[in-house]
Amino acid sequence: MTEVILPGLGEGIKKAVISYWFVKEGDKIDKDNDLVELATDKAAFNLPAPCSGALSKILFKEGDTVDIGEVLALIQE
Amino acid sequence: MQFQVVDLGLVDFRAAWQYQKDISRSIRDDKAESVLIVCRHYPVITLGRQADKRNIVVGLPELKRLGIEVYEIERGGDVTYHGPGQIIAYPVFDLGGLKRDIRFFLRRLEDVGIDLLADFGVDTCRLPGLTGIWCQGRKIASIGIAVRNWISFHGMSINIENDDLTNFSLINPCGMNIGMISIEAAAGRRIITDDVKDNLVAKFKRVFGEVYEYD
Repeated sequence: MTEVILPGLGEGIKKAVISYWFVKEGDKIDKDNDLVELATDKAAFNLPAPCSGALSKILFKEGDTVDIGEVLALIQE
Repeated sequence: MQFQVVDLGLVDFRAAWQYQKDISRSIRDDKAESVLIVCRHYPVITLGRQADKRNIVVGLPELKRLGIEVYEIERGGDVTYHGPGQIIAYPVFDLGGLKRDIRFFLRRLEDVGIDLLADFGVDTCRLPGLTGIWCQGRKIASIGIAVRNWISFHGMSINIENDDLTNFSLINPCGMNIGMISIEAAAGRRIITDDVKDNLVAKFKRVFGEVYEYD
């Protein structure tokens, strides 16, 4: 199981808001394809899948605020 | 960093939006280098990812009557208006080899605008926690970006011509009850938007070409 972690986005950014999951729980995803979009300040950014597999668990829903370093989802390779 | 400059002139928002996405895809596939797009738009309202539709304060029939299109787009921020009296800069930049820092990039966009406005004798400032450029307590430049695979798109609009501010009354800009100001109003003289373009490109070259930090 691979953890999808919200990476550092630069100095001073401690949180981001999940705006859109491109993939539903249970669906397959390929490495580097868009997994989730988040927003902070006046920027929206994507997070690609770190590996190929099935998205087994989404831990935060759209609209939730997430801290840098938190696990957003789990992928079963 | 190196970037090409593409001047789209007065262009429909949708066309410029698609062009940005095409360039972004080409950069991702190593088929293109970074591009700075400069343009002006026909009247349009865009809603960013944090937008509340109630911040458009008139109904769609009224917008249709005024010939103003509305798009929900993938940039950060709430609602904004664009019209031909603004200059728009869309830096579709490959930040992969540069400093991967979203706030740093936003601050450098502000640097471009602040430098540009200073050339017109307009004093501006930043407000803590509020991305954008402010003048006399009102907003003179708006910023909202998207970053996909560390390639930026969308960007910054600067209010040039005073006539074009009227349509901001159709929205609560950025989701707030704020006033807007133009370079013309702040400088107290007539300024042609097209005349600002070369200067804007020069500022981008200085801020992003010469002094932007690498990893």
